[in-house]
Amino acid sequence: MGLRRRRIVTPYLLLLPGLAWLVVFFLLPALNQLYVSLQTGNFEIGYRFDWNWSTYSDAISKYDEQFVRSLRYAGAATLLTFVISFPLAYFIAFKAGRFKNLMLLLIILPFFTSYLMRTVAWQTILADHSFVAERLRDVGLLGEDGRLLATTKAVIAGITYNFLPFMALPLYVALEKIDRRLIEAATDLYASRWQAFWRVTMPLALPGIFAGTLLTFIPAVGDFINAQILGTSRQYMIGNVIQSKFLVVTDYPAAAALSFLLMAALLLAVFAYARALGARNLEEAVV
Amino acid sequence: MTRRPLRDYLLGFWSVAALVYLFIPIAVVIAFSFNDPAGRFNLEWSGFTLEHWKHPFAVEGLGTAFKNSLLIAAISTTLAVTLGTFMALALVRYRFVGRGPTDFFVFLPLATPEVVLGAALLGLFITMGLATGFATIVIAHTMFNVSYVVVTIKARLQGMDTHLEDAAADLGANEWTAFRKVTFPLIAPGIAAAGLLAFALSVDDFVITNFTAGQTSTFPLFIYGAARQGVPPQVNVLATMLLVGVLGLMALNVLAQRRRARAEGAAVVPARAMVQPGLAQ
Repeated sequence: MGLRRRRIVTPYLLLLPGLAWLVVFFLLPALNQLYVSLQTGNFEIGYRFDWNWSTYSDAISKYDEQFVRSLRYAGAATLLTFVISFPLAYFIAFKAGRFKNLMLLLIILPFFTSYLMRTVAWQTILADHSFVAERLRDVGLLGEDGRLLATTKAVIAGITYNFLPFMALPLYVALEKIDRRLIEAATDLYASRWQAFWRVTMPLALPGIFAGTLLTFIPAVGDFINAQILGTSRQYMIGNVIQSKFLVVTDYPAAAALSFLLMAALLLAVFAYARALGARNLEEAVV
Repeated sequence: MTRRPLRDYLLGFWSVAALVYLFIPIAVVIAFSFNDPAGRFNLEWSGFTLEHWKHPFAVEGLGTAFKNSLLIAAISTTLAVTLGTFMALALVRYRFVGRGPTDFFVFLPLATPEVVLGAALLGLFITMGLATGFATIVIAHTMFNVSYVVVTIKARLQGMDTHLEDAAADLGANEWTAFRKVTFPLIAPGIAAAGLLAFALSVDDFVITNFTAGQTSTFPLFIYGAARQGVPPQVNVLATMLLVGVLGLMALNVLAQRRRARAEGAAVVPARAMVQPGLAQ
């Protein structure tokens, strides 16, 4: 009897400390955002809570450009990471043989080098007088201003680079899990290799595609490092606005409204996406 | 018959090109730690030197920032691994009311952009009138690392044979003894991988730290500040050291696992553990 009762409370006791931490430092701050966003005032005179919903309409009308740009850049980067890493993940899962672990290691290597340093390195590589920029200029591939750095292309390329492993690894895990006999069965039943790929491999890789796009798209929408280091204010994304509102101009209500909007929009998008792809459970797809 | 090798060849070529693309900036970071820059900007190659490797902390403020980063990573990793291991155990090993929602809730921080997490935390600290600094960075890093640890260790637990625990219980072990003697040794490599991941994420975190740091400096904050006037080559040296250090620890974990010679595909485990990293970048 004693043991039985203990087993009922055990999971709750195990959860309690960690859950408390997440409630206080994740859930509470998220709700507090909503509270702060409805205040009026400024840094000097202080803030007062007065259901000031106009913060939201102001935020949307003033920064819709950055919002849309964030979605566009993140979408483009997600698509690019998919195009680059699907063949890579496929090769590692099905063809790499004894090079499999080495290739996986190379994919996760960027995680262990400073994110900022890698982005600064791209700044070096794309700079106006760099080897790459001059060669591209020689063959006339650069536009009229002849620049690579400080362009939209540079920012999207930077985001693509930085989040590529987040796409490649879930794709690899999903492809690796596929039972090879299913593909053989398809070809035995007279499916062409192409048909077997589209009718068997792709549907089974769907959880990986789902996880990869989420893991790439979500951080990409909120990113501001790439726009800051590789772009100009014309490439600024919503993350740049939130960080400068909070840390530079200390317009807390507007910053809180923007960040609450971003979170809400992404959550809705994730749910819609999960429903569209028929994932039973978000986490299941990601793990 | 001749079409197959050609297609594989193209796939292989594409894959190698993608890996080279991933590696180029890392190579640049490492190479420029040996550069002897002519001016303030370490952007053009102007000569080989070992000077920065001999004196990696010769830049003012860099030593403190680096030390802070290591300390914050050590504390937040310890906290997150402790809290997260318990949570993962509860979520995988027990059936209880509220399990599904808890699972989802723990996953949520990973599905939130870092800028939102950082801004929300700063908002809370301001509302509470709490001064930001070393402690608030530790709080923030522990928060995002708990979720990573739970997800990583859960993956490990789910692949584990529960009959071993049942056997221990049948042989008279109580819950704690069964955990200590059976479960823990089995999930230890997973815990180590999760810890390594948490450490790497904490050391490298810029965005959330930027919001919660106050006047405290960390390695990424130092790099960010330096980026405007030119990053000194000593930063490249430290970044390279971190890379080598973490790789070394990872290799040790894999070797320790191999030595135990259990479970097929042991070498894949650390890589799999890395599947979820850094929504936080």
